[in-house]
Amino acid sequence: MPCASIRVIVSAKEGRRTFAAAQIAVMRHGAPLDYFSHVYGPVARSMQALGWTYTAICVGVCLVIIGLLMTAMMRRRGGGDRIVTESGPALTWVMIGSGVSTLILFGMAIYAFIALRAVAAPAKAPVTIAVTGYDWWWKADYGGVVVANELHIPTGVPVKIDLRSADVIHAFWVPQLAGKTQMIPGVTTHQWLQADRPGVYRGQCTQFCGEQHAHMAFEVVAQSPADYRAWLAAQAANAAAPSSALAQTGQHYFRSHCGGCHSVRGTEATGQHAPDLTHLMSRRELAAGLTPNTPDNLINWVEHAQDLKPGTRMPSFDLTPEQRTALKAYLTGLS
Amino acid sequence: MTEQRIPHIGCVAPNSEDEKRLRDIWEAEPGLKGKLGSVDHKVIGLRYIVTAFVFLILGGVEALIMRLQLARPDAGLVSPDAYNQLFSMHGVTMIFLYALPVLSGFSNYLWPLMLGTRDMAFPRLNALSYWLFLFAGLFLYAGFAFGHGANAGWFNYVPVSGPIFDPGPNIDIYALGMVLLGISTTVGAANFVVTLFRLRAPGMSLNRVPIIVWGTLTASVANLIVIPSVSLTFFLLWLDRNLGTHFFDTGAGGQALLWQHLFWVFGHPWVYVVVLPAMGIVSDALPTFCRRPLVGYAAVAMSTVATMIIGFEVWIHHMFATGLPPLVLAFFGAASLIIAIPSAITVFCWIATIWAGRPQFKVPFLFFASFVLLFVIGGVSGVMTAAVSLDWQLNETYFVVAHLHYVLLGINVFPVMGGVYYWFPKWTGHKTNEVLGRWAFGVLFTGFNLAFFPMHILGVLGMPRRIYTYAPGMGWSLLNLLVTLGAFLFALGVLIFLIDLLISARRGEPAGDNPWDAASLEWSMSSPPPAYNFRVIPIIASGHPLWEDRLNQSEQRSKLHEGFTLLEGRETLGTSPLDSEPNAILRMPGDHLAPFALGLAATVFFAALALHGWLWAGLALAACAATLIWWFWPPKAEKAPSDREAAHV
Amino acid sequence: MSEDLVLDKPLPVGNTGPRHTGLWGLWTLVLTEGSLFGYLIVSYLYLGVASGQTWPPHGPPDLLKPGISTTILLASSGVMMLVEHNLKRARIRSALGFLALTILMGAVFVAMQMHEWAHKGYGPWTHLYGSLYFTITGFHMAHVLAGLIVLATLFVWILMGRIRPDGPKPVTIGGLYWHFVDAVWIVVFSTLYLAPHLHG
Ligand code: HEA
Ligand code: HEA
Ligand code: HEC
Ligand code: CUA
Ligand SMILES: [Cu+2]
Repeated sequence: MPCASIRVIVSAKEGRRTFAAAQIAVMRHGAPLDYFSHVYGPVARSMQALGWTYTAICVGVCLVIIGLLMTAMMRRRGGGDRIVTESGPALTWVMIGSGVSTLILFGMAIYAFIALRAVAAPAKAPVTIAVTGYDWWWKADYGGVVVANELHIPTGVPVKIDLRSADVIHAFWVPQLAGKTQMIPGVTTHQWLQADRPGVYRGQCTQFCGEQHAHMAFEVVAQSPADYRAWLAAQAANAAAPSSALAQTGQHYFRSHCGGCHSVRGTEATGQHAPDLTHLMSRRELAAGLTPNTPDNLINWVEHAQDLKPGTRMPSFDLTPEQRTALKAYLTGLS
Repeated sequence: MTEQRIPHIGCVAPNSEDEKRLRDIWEAEPGLKGKLGSVDHKVIGLRYIVTAFVFLILGGVEALIMRLQLARPDAGLVSPDAYNQLFSMHGVTMIFLYALPVLSGFSNYLWPLMLGTRDMAFPRLNALSYWLFLFAGLFLYAGFAFGHGANAGWFNYVPVSGPIFDPGPNIDIYALGMVLLGISTTVGAANFVVTLFRLRAPGMSLNRVPIIVWGTLTASVANLIVIPSVSLTFFLLWLDRNLGTHFFDTGAGGQALLWQHLFWVFGHPWVYVVVLPAMGIVSDALPTFCRRPLVGYAAVAMSTVATMIIGFEVWIHHMFATGLPPLVLAFFGAASLIIAIPSAITVFCWIATIWAGRPQFKVPFLFFASFVLLFVIGGVSGVMTAAVSLDWQLNETYFVVAHLHYVLLGINVFPVMGGVYYWFPKWTGHKTNEVLGRWAFGVLFTGFNLAFFPMHILGVLGMPRRIYTYAPGMGWSLLNLLVTLGAFLFALGVLIFLIDLLISARRGEPAGDNPWDAASLEWSMSSPPPAYNFRVIPIIASGHPLWEDRLNQSEQRSKLHEGFTLLEGRETLGTSPLDSEPNAILRMPGDHLAPFALGLAATVFFAALALHGWLWAGLALAACAATLIWWFWPPKAEKAPSDREAAHV
Repeated sequence: MSEDLVLDKPLPVGNTGPRHTGLWGLWTLVLTEGSLFGYLIVSYLYLGVASGQTWPPHGPPDLLKPGISTTILLASSGVMMLVEHNLKRARIRSALGFLALTILMGAVFVAMQMHEWAHKGYGPWTHLYGSLYFTITGFHMAHVLAGLIVLATLFVWILMGRIRPDGPKPVTIGGLYWHFVDAVWIVVFSTLYLAPHLHG
């Protein structure tokens, strides 16, 4: 377990440093969506055990078949070219093979059933998060506190996720914690996550949802319950007021150009159809997992959204140098 | 009363007067009318196969472009929208325009030859089925050519394919094309069913027909039952998109899940539709190279039917992640595991046939033997996805892409290529080149596994399907490169295969009637077969008419050279459904332009719908009705009354 | 089947008898079209339940006029049987008369149905129920119209002497199709018109 040693403690204050550590954790995984060798929650663990058992049986079946085929082809026999009339015990062996397969399959079915029961019923969950899929980003509602593209959960307890969609079908998937569930417009589906230890777990939309389905990722940050509470409290606060004249100019621009879609709590920007930006800078990544959230990437995104994520529902903005610095100052102040 | 006759039983010598007469009766007219109006099942069958291979190449080229895009992270070869069209058209092409049509081609060509009759039950319907297939394919590609190909995947979930999120003409063309293609498949299926129950040679009882016949029969019955589901759901989507109905409009109570149900109720049986006849190809041809009859004929035939029956009850395994109640999922998961039992029986029968036989390692054998392995690999990955909670991980990842290619290529493309090598001498009268054939096989097999095996690993590393690119840090880069290399190797194999066929068709050694010394009826006539197939309708005494003397299973022998001559006209023998006792002399319809005209009119109708040319649509519909009346117009009354009762279809 | 097949009884030439290939073909059509209506009905029930809407939104449909048109359509099936019966007995005139009557009754059904459509007060785009109602009855209507064309064609062919008493199979097949269309209507009528009254 290459990343077990890296304990990630995230709190509102220590955010930056721990994010860097978490980044390392993600990189150490090699494949952040790998759910066969790295799992960090009971649901994913049950699936992993099921997966490896099935894999072992299936590889075994393939090996037996290869052996049988090879022997069947290579075994020596005499008699030249004449047509073989007798079958010997061939049919008996067919029956034996099929019988054994049937037994194995029944065993597999029973195991699958037990495994399903273990993970299907959500245990009583102290935390419920309502997640809504949008083209192509995620909104998470913690009972009034709305965040985007980055979920935080407390470790050690089951977290219930209510899944909805604002437009087309998406699927919510954090493979190292649990399986996937479709988010279907007009319906609410459910899923539960539990992380054993703090860490950052990558999530991904897995149902084809249009042009930018590829770039519809998110992150789940699992924290100790105390850190989680601190994070939630910080997110519940309104946005920090602009700290400089430059930032105030930026806010002006924001209100007139961005506020129709985005909201920044405590300001006049109250748009509902784009990620909430109240605490934008507390997030590790931009635009649903597209790039790391650095000030440069941020302003680059605003100017080139359509090049970075062609088709995204946010237009690219033509900014004058003054506007750019002002907006950058404002946005980077949204901590 | 109706005319009656005791059919003459006798011989027709090659090159005799009688034989010439048969030729005059059955050969197509020269010229354009003969081409467009031909109802010869062999011509139609080959057209089906060639057209399907053209679509295989088109779909393959689309796949190669996708593979170039995915070979490395963050590549910018194609735009996201282009990629979406590529994978959608790739899936649509392969599943609908290649996989079934190619098998329909085989069955069309082979059925009458295997069953001992002179044509299909409804020769004109057969022609219609081909024309509609061709036109539907062109229709689907017409949109693509203008940059409006299907772009929401082959299963085209709503609402992403609905009027709001996909407003262009892309999905309208896909939807209408599918309805059009559905008509083709349906009439083709009806034809197979009726042919089986009406036209087998005397003595060709159900327990003697080749397995491909069982496979195609099962698939055809399934098609009759499930095609309406997919046609309907595409039609409802078209209504939603164009007339403002609300079936899938989730804002007005419409249900996105209804689409998934209606699609997969069709979709799952369909995946067996595209493999059962191909498995039949193996069951029939593999024994030839094992120099023995198939072990467990009855078991294989029953498994074919059983697979389909269970196959109606597993569609929800494509919807495990939709939040349906776990009990429902458990039931469908269990059914999906049970469906492996008939497959197991069949697999063991094939292995036993090799084991208890004397394998000859000719080119088709290589394809068939490797098919068994690929089938098992593809099958067990299906078993893994059938475990509900495991599928919550595997679903919509490259693991599923690996599964579907192992089964679709393993159980369809490999048997088909083996089948082409096997029957090519019959079709053309020429043998293929053994050396090139071995090369083709080796390259295809290596390329295939290199291209598709790593996809399993990509799947468990979490790579989702239908993404046009991925970031470097995901751990997928190396494997994707391997996949791309494998894909190109596979394409090279296809190229060698095609070159081999093109060369052999001209310069291959003459094949003779029965180059493989095979047992079934289609090898009893010259290669290529004459227009009338059989000089006399044979009388069959076993499932291995050409091996009877050597197998010596009973005293009885089939009569291949003395039988029903039926020289009076375009006639063949009608027999009873189960025991195939002769009970009628059927008059068969000859070449006719109505099927082509109807296909054209129907296509114009659908094109008019796509373009909202309502007047044109009305005219085309009227033209369809008129063509149908023309088609079925009874002949003049002066003729013998029964003549008027000739089947016009 | 033995080696020494002896055929001493003559076989009918052409496509006759109960195993006429055209009849077989029609049965495959019935199977596939029956499935089609099955999926339509299932979609109706599924959407009715899943949408959670009042179903039908305007209360159960009125039964009087639809009841009459249904009776007429079903009765026309009986009349159609007489057509074949008379044709086989070479009573061409009565066959033609009954066929004309069948067509007339079918046309009355179409007219009454159109009338009902026009006075529904909502259209296929108004709401989900409307979409279903018009699509299902529309699909059936298309089948009735196709049936009427078939019957009219048969009428002409009998009149021209192209279909004669010794070869009535086209009429049998056309008639069977007509019965199928009527049978489908029983299902559609029960689901769309009668069922809402059961729990309404
Ligand atoms: C070509 C046809 C074909 C065939 C034959 C199959 C065969 C099977 N398929 Fe597959 N399937 C597809 C084509 C096919 N499939 C396609 C195209 C998709 C993807 C659609 C899409 O999403 O685009 C799909 C997807 C798919 C899914 C959905 C996955 C997902 O989207 O999450 C599932 C889930 O259960 C599944 C299961 C199975 C099973 C259990 C079989 C079984 O029939 C296999 C049975 C055979 C064997 C198991 C091998 C032989 C048996 C033995 C040697 C005995 C011993 C074996 C054991 C003891 C294990 N398939
Ligand atoms: C029978 C079915 C079939 C076949 C044969 C193939 C063949 C191939 N498929 Fe496909 N595939 C599907 C059915 C099939 N596929 C389906 C159903 C999907 C799902 C679609 C969806 O999600 O909606 C899919 C999806 C799919 C994907 C996933 C796309 C995604 O999710 O983003 C990929 C990616 O690699 C892929 C690759 C390939 C490759 C490399 C081949 C190769 O085997 C292709 C090999 C190449 C050739 C056969 C062409 C050879 C031709 C030449 C060399 C030309 C030269 C000759 C002349 C010009 C005369 N396929
Ligand atoms: C038409 C609506 C719209 C307007 C106007 C708009 N945005 Fe956006 N914005 C979006 C959407 C939708 C997204 C999510 C895009 C995605 O991830 O695909 C987004 C994403 C973002 C993100 C990334 C958020 C995250 O959590 O990853 C930032 C930052 C952002 N917008 C800033 C701005 C700024 C600054 C402006 C004005 C100059 C602006 N937006 C104007 C719709 C809009
Ligand atoms: Cu959202 Cu894919
Ligand atoms: Cu399936």
